[in-house]
Amino acid sequence: MRGGALEIRVGDRLREFELELDARVEPGECTALVGPSGAGKTTVLRLVAGLRDPPRGRIAVGERVLCDTDAGICLEPEERRCGFLFQDHALFGHLSAWRNVAFGIGAPRSERRGRALALLGRFGIEGLADARPAELSGGERQRVALARALATAPDVLLLDEPLSALDARTRAHATRELAAALRDAAVPSLLVTHDFEEAAVLAAEICVMDRGRVVQRGSAAELSASPASGFVADFAGAAVLAGEAHPEPGGSTRVALEGGGEVHSSDSERGPVAVSVYPWEVALEPADEPAHGSARNRLGAEVVSVTQVGTRVRVGLATPQPLAAEVTAESVAGLGLRPGVRVRAVWKATATRLAPAAGPAQPAPGSSPSPGGAER
Amino acid sequence: MSARRLLFGGLLVGCLALALLFLCLPILAMFVDVPPGDLVSSLGEPDALDALWLSLRTSLAALAIIIVVGTPAAYFLGTRSFRGHSLVTTLIELPLVLPPAVAGIALLAALGPKGLLGGTLEDAGIALVLQTAGVVVALTFVAAPFYMRQAQEAFAAVDRAQLEAARTLGSSEATAFARVAIPAAGQGLTAGLALAWGRALGEFGATLMFAGSFPGITETVPLAIFSRFALDFTSALALSAVLVVVSAALLLSVKLLGRSPLLGGPG
Repeated sequence: MRGGALEIRVGDRLREFELELDARVEPGECTALVGPSGAGKTTVLRLVAGLRDPPRGRIAVGERVLCDTDAGICLEPEERRCGFLFQDHALFGHLSAWRNVAFGIGAPRSERRGRALALLGRFGIEGLADARPAELSGGERQRVALARALATAPDVLLLDEPLSALDARTRAHATRELAAALRDAAVPSLLVTHDFEEAAVLAAEICVMDRGRVVQRGSAAELSASPASGFVADFAGAAVLAGEAHPEPGGSTRVALEGGGEVHSSDSERGPVAVSVYPWEVALEPADEPAHGSARNRLGAEVVSVTQVGTRVRVGLATPQPLAAEVTAESVAGLGLRPGVRVRAVWKATATRLAPAAGPAQPAPGSSPSPGGAER
Repeated sequence: MSARRLLFGGLLVGCLALALLFLCLPILAMFVDVPPGDLVSSLGEPDALDALWLSLRTSLAALAIIIVVGTPAAYFLGTRSFRGHSLVTTLIELPLVLPPAVAGIALLAALGPKGLLGGTLEDAGIALVLQTAGVVVALTFVAAPFYMRQAQEAFAAVDRAQLEAARTLGSSEATAFARVAIPAAGQGLTAGLALAWGRALGEFGATLMFAGSFPGITETVPLAIFSRFALDFTSALALSAVLVVVSAALLLSVKLLGRSPLLGGPG
């Protein structure tokens, strides 16, 4: 039987650090690699595809060894049966859409066009079979690239930010389409992405990489529930504040924030920390009203921006460190929220996650929290 | 502000008009000077046709050598980086700046009977000097850098991800070169080819010094023009006009080939 789980155990010397990765992806499952730019994510895909030779390690799909430096095995890229989706699609500009898809199909001439058209049809673009890549929209190009990668019936799919070239509206649809295609292909897939939503929809497991190493791995829900670092929290959509943690009697922690103010957390930590809080756990109340309720964290803040996101409204705040809250349209009207208005941001100590601030994964102070993105 | 812009625009247009006039006037004058009847009748002379035929054959042979050897070499230079890369590129381009007479002398020094490889060639039974093969060598020497320079640039501009995509789709390196790199670089390659062919058709000095000027054997059109020039200006002019027409037609057809969808042109 062909195929099987993808097993990777590689080490590679990159410019500034060592890359170490040990991972296993089952057929039909997708593992996302996320992390700051230059963390070595794309290098992993290139090692698997054979576009880069690893100094040491072993990569196998089921029984088939693609590369084993101890045994002196290293297959050429064309022998590895790895479908690769490139960041900018890398379509052949001199070939029409269907010829792009047919490029890797080893079959008689008459069959190739039929099979390419069937694949294009699966993504609803068989009408564009004769168009050149330059005549296609971003979303159409992405589909042609996907059809081309699937055309050779690969044993593994490697996706290097396959949706990053798309605008936000196309992306939501393309993400669902890609999820369905990955399920149908029933092969292990590795996805490099900068988008938490994308990783959450497509991948069962997310590996957060930093400087060549996996710093946290888990499902999207696990990562957002207990981010191991400021980067992971930021990636999962939390606002991240920098501060200094001081343990308090009773197990809770008081954090003096950089730039003023203090918050409490039920996590235990000491020294420099990244404090993360998800926007949907932050409530807003008028700054001049007496405090009420049981939430322990109250920070005076100035409204910086008010943005409608679906049915909710995202409010950007300066505390002075950037913070964000997600509230209903009614509260926006009730509180008279608009840039410049002073409010009080309120949330519970249990919704305040702490992670050690050490390491370069810490977002730069003053970087604004962005929804679901970390490094744009 | 707007007056200044007008002035600058006028300057640009004026310079372009001057350049166009200077570059085209001599060519135009040639056709004004030769009555169309003379042009046709000069073509009727047997040695004019011989020279034309020889020019065509030798330049095509040189072009074939340049394409077969130069394309893979330029691909290597355009897609790989290694120590001494710019040195090798410069060496390849060196013949571009050699005066034709120097190129002729250099070829004699290397491949002439008393040259560096003269003995080796003689032992192998290969005669170049004063032979048609010598013309091909001279044309290849002066024209190859024109093609290789353009080809190297065209290959360097090919999206590396496309070549890698071809590999992941089952193509070997050689197949990716043939099926992706060459079509993607097609326009640059044909442009280089047109330049090299133009240079080969007009080659004079190196051919004269290395291969000599024997009608039917080494006397290409430029050499024939020169030998007529002393005797009969009108006849030289007529042959020149023919060379211009033939060169222009060849260059135009190569350019059109570069635009064809076959070679990655825009439709």
